[in-house]
Amino acid sequence: MLSRLVLVSAPVLKNGGSFGACAVQASRSLHTSEQKKAPVPPLPEKGGQTRHGIIPEELFTLLYPKTGVTGPYMLGTGLLLYLLSKEIYVVNHETIAAASIGAVIIYGVKKFGPSVAAFADKLNEEKVAKAQEVKDLAMTNLTQAIEEEKKEQWRVEGRQMLFDAKRNNVAMLLETNYRERIHMVTNEVKKRLDYQIELQNLHRRMEQEHMVDWVEKNVIKSITPQQARPSLRPCTH
Amino acid sequence: MGPLFSPTVALAEKRLLDVKLGEIFSWLGTRDFTPNGLIGGVRKGHDRYYNKYINVKKGGIGGVAMLLAGYVVLSYVWEYDHIKHDRWRKYH
Repeated sequence: MLSRLVLVSAPVLKNGGSFGACAVQASRSLHTSEQKKAPVPPLPEKGGQTRHGIIPEELFTLLYPKTGVTGPYMLGTGLLLYLLSKEIYVVNHETIAAASIGAVIIYGVKKFGPSVAAFADKLNEEKVAKAQEVKDLAMTNLTQAIEEEKKEQWRVEGRQMLFDAKRNNVAMLLETNYRERIHMVTNEVKKRLDYQIELQNLHRRMEQEHMVDWVEKNVIKSITPQQARPSLRPCTH
Repeated sequence: MGPLFSPTVALAEKRLLDVKLGEIFSWLGTRDFTPNGLIGGVRKGHDRYYNKYINVKKGGIGGVAMLLAGYVVLSYVWEYDHIKHDRWRKYH
């Protein structure tokens, strides 16, 4: 019961004591022994049993086959009588002091033992609950992270469709651009050809007109005034 | 270090209670009495006691009480030469 209070502070001392050994072993290679995947075994529920607080139960189980239930008690009585009679244990003032102190201790343990045990258990429970809380929080966070990761992976699949749509867009743009340029080329070529046609038409017309003018001029020139007078006379009369 | 799993275990690895009387001296010969070995033995003993009686979920008074009782007995033994003078009778 007092050991439960020790347990509250003991792991700190224990870890502090073994820290020196760990520092020495840090120079050797790490992770050489096979890893144990099983979780750390839990603490045993109850410690070794003791009878009347100070005699371990193993003595009673050892003597039970040969001497039955009263064996250890007879052994204790005989031992006590031997010690007293040979005065290996001397009865003096210290005996009275020990008896009074023993009485007080036994009374205190019997009366306040369970409540102190419950208090220490409560402290332990709180520590375990806090650690459990941290662990549960970490678990929920991690499961949430897993969910979100899965959703992200699902989104990535959707990205393929996005890429297809974009690829279609780009293809359409290219197509449109190509067709525009084809149109432009066609128009330009047509313009140039039309120009050539107009040019040829112009040439022909000019030649025609020039020829007509030349012919007219020559005819008019050939009409001498003698020839023109008889034809003009009827007009003025 | 639980029960023996094979009937032929090397002498050096047997625990004290498993050693037969005839071979107790040879068993003592295999023990490590160098200072390092002694300290190792003390530490192992401490770990065994600690893990059996103190490092449990619901320990009782026995774990600490046995240490105190052992201390009381040991201090009586150390003071015996002085206590001898308080004896009631000279001859026993």
